[in-house]
Amino acid sequence: MIRAVFIALLLLAAPARAQELVRDFGPGSATETLRLRSTTDIAVLGPVVEAFLAAHPGLRVAYEQWGSNAMYGLQAADCAAGRAGADLVISSAVHQMVDLVNEGCARPYRSALTAALPDALSWRDELWGVTREPAVMVYNRDLVAPAQVPRSRFDLLDLLRPTESPFRGRVATYDIERSGLGFLFAFADSTEATTFGGLMESFGRSGAIATCCSAEIIDGVAEGRFFVAYNVLGSYALARARHDDRLGVVAPQDYTLVLSRAAMIPRAAGQPRAAAQFVDFLLSEEGRRALEAALLIVRLEGGDGAPIELPQASETLQRPIALSPALLIVLDAHKQALFRARWRDAFPATPDAVP
Amino acid sequence: MAETRSWSLKSRVALAVGAVLLLGGIVVLSVALAYGRQAAREAYDRLLLGAARDIAASITIRDGAAVVDMPASAFQMLALAPEDRIRYRVTGPDGATLTGSDAAPAPPPREGAGPVFYDGDLGDEPGRYVALTRRFAERSFSGPVRVMVGQTLRARQALARDIAGGALAVLAAAGIAIGLFAWLAILSALRPLRRLGRALARRDPTDLTPITLPMPSEIAPVLGALNGFMGRLDRQAMASRNLIGDAAHQLRTPVAAIRAQAQDAQDETDPGRRARLLSRIHARSVGLSRLLDRMLDRAMIIHRTDTAPRAAIDLRDVALEIYEALEDTPGGAAIRLDLPPGPVVVRGDALSLVEAGKNLAANALAHGRAPIRLGVARDGAAARLFARDAGPGPAAAIMDGMGARFAAHAPGGAGLGLAIAREVAQSHGGALSLGPRADGFEAALSLPRLGA
Repeated sequence: MIRAVFIALLLLAAPARAQELVRDFGPGSATETLRLRSTTDIAVLGPVVEAFLAAHPGLRVAYEQWGSNAMYGLQAADCAAGRAGADLVISSAVHQMVDLVNEGCARPYRSALTAALPDALSWRDELWGVTREPAVMVYNRDLVAPAQVPRSRFDLLDLLRPTESPFRGRVATYDIERSGLGFLFAFADSTEATTFGGLMESFGRSGAIATCCSAEIIDGVAEGRFFVAYNVLGSYALARARHDDRLGVVAPQDYTLVLSRAAMIPRAAGQPRAAAQFVDFLLSEEGRRALEAALLIVRLEGGDGAPIELPQASETLQRPIALSPALLIVLDAHKQALFRARWRDAFPATPDAVP
Repeated sequence: MAETRSWSLKSRVALAVGAVLLLGGIVVLSVALAYGRQAAREAYDRLLLGAARDIAASITIRDGAAVVDMPASAFQMLALAPEDRIRYRVTGPDGATLTGSDAAPAPPPREGAGPVFYDGDLGDEPGRYVALTRRFAERSFSGPVRVMVGQTLRARQALARDIAGGALAVLAAAGIAIGLFAWLAILSALRPLRRLGRALARRDPTDLTPITLPMPSEIAPVLGALNGFMGRLDRQAMASRNLIGDAAHQLRTPVAAIRAQAQDAQDETDPGRRARLLSRIHARSVGLSRLLDRMLDRAMIIHRTDTAPRAAIDLRDVALEIYEALEDTPGGAAIRLDLPPGPVVVRGDALSLVEAGKNLAANALAHGRAPIRLGVARDGAAARLFARDAGPGPAAAIMDGMGARFAAHAPGGAGLGLAIAREVAQSHGGALSLGPRADGFEAALSLPRLGA
């Protein structure tokens, strides 16, 4: 893939940096360069950036792809030092973004488009939710009979309950100690419904696997190592299911968590105007279409033949993860420790299936 | 006209109402701002305290250490101020941070165990904090654990602004209503004035009769003064007309007679008849001059009754002055004074009264029978200045015409004297009374007595 070339190039250019990938978009002759830091894969968000640049010919975008914790640390350090690092930051670890805004690291911006966002998806005019990605269950179509496909968490609990269940040891989810997103989803689950307690217990008894990272989990389902994966980020799952018939994707019927990747303009941004233009683009009709094409906006309302299997009356069951200071609790040291301890009770040992 | 125009009543009232509203607005706004700030502070302080209590309640002791099982409800409570940043910190007995941000400032040292509210910065924004202490006395853990929770001030400021804005909106509405009502009130209050103005403008220039329009009590004095003023004008105009009329009527015949006699005297050759003619001319001239005096006196008196300032006068002084004036005239010695012991005070113009009284006394002298008595008497609420003679008075036919402007029967224009006396009496709010008494005929000015 082209990505490898870029990796090589950019790793050479900036060997000391911890970013995973870097890529430049737009003409070299452009006068302004927007420095974009994101946890989103360049391959996924790249087409959206290109659509943006098509309408803004004088701009270039320098895209840095980061792991969420590294990027959080870098932004916090930039903020403390007043350093002009990135012009725009987009992260799926929205609790970290809320913390950065809470620490006063963001720059306010207001336009008709940001004002039109629902309250849950904007905070202080400094943080905006730009994508809509459900947390889904992914299953292997070959191994799970259509009648057995879990449509909700209750179905999953029922599948795991029998002592001789074939699903024992075949259900996977994120390891919250290694995945910030996994932690966020698990935490949201814990505040959302009491089902989560039962689910944890059930996971523990049935020997469910906690492992890292979307790609590994989905690979495992596709290859048949796991029957079902719980709380996988919909955008990744759908992207894979598009090219892999073995994978089925279900939005849980009891409720579906919906994550909106959060965008913010750092306080010391060098190109705040271009960053604001990009934010407006992401929130515009055109930007939404591009995000939808990139599967970063997943419509849960209707739509026959959609790759995602939807419950009825899905509208009322969406639980958006609101961008509000309430998310700060996810970063609380004691809370994390307690939650991890509880998690550890269900997943006592690091599973061998993961490196 | 333009020079006499001062600030219109409308602009005066508008200015007054505007000043009241402006002052009231400043007072209300500052009060509302202070109140709003206070209310917002209390409301959001409670929120802070609630969150801090939630956090304090979630502290447990595990394995000899304080552990904060941070409750989501605390954060949801703080998120009720949706635009505000949050900072919190939990410290152990040694002051070390257990969880939360080290950047949260400690409360100012204070006595007492209750929660402490204090101001402190939250990054580069001002913030408000609460500190709460929970004391543990477990076997494995003992000492105070302090919870500090803070928030920026956006929600407070917004609420304070809302409250003040609401108060201001009410004030503005009230102001508009007050202004409107004031405007309507002025319009309605000024309508009688405008009606009066129109009535005056519509009037015939020679029409000096009183205006009768219903007027509110505040404007009635203006109308009264106006009517009084027109009345004086009317009387003066009438006096001038009368003077001219009287002069025309009364002077034409004697002057014509004098002319004719003078012509005769010129033509007369006989010295004896000529001398007789001349002496007749002289007698007529004297009568004419007396008549002229009376007419001018009357015009002067009528003029005075409207213009001369009124003062408190003792009628006895008036009587005395009349007596002294008449003493030297023919028959004047026959007059006797009849005065009461105490002063008899009326409000009026001394000169007019003397003139009127002199006329009455002179009439009595000329036409009555001695003895003549000139006197002053109290008569209930009235004071009387009278001239009495011992005769029966004039015949009834003459009585009927007495006091008219001129009476042809009276030789030497004496009829004018009664007319003057009547007008003086009326202009002083009194009356002229003529009539027979037990001991003769009396002519009297009956005037309202001062202090009665």
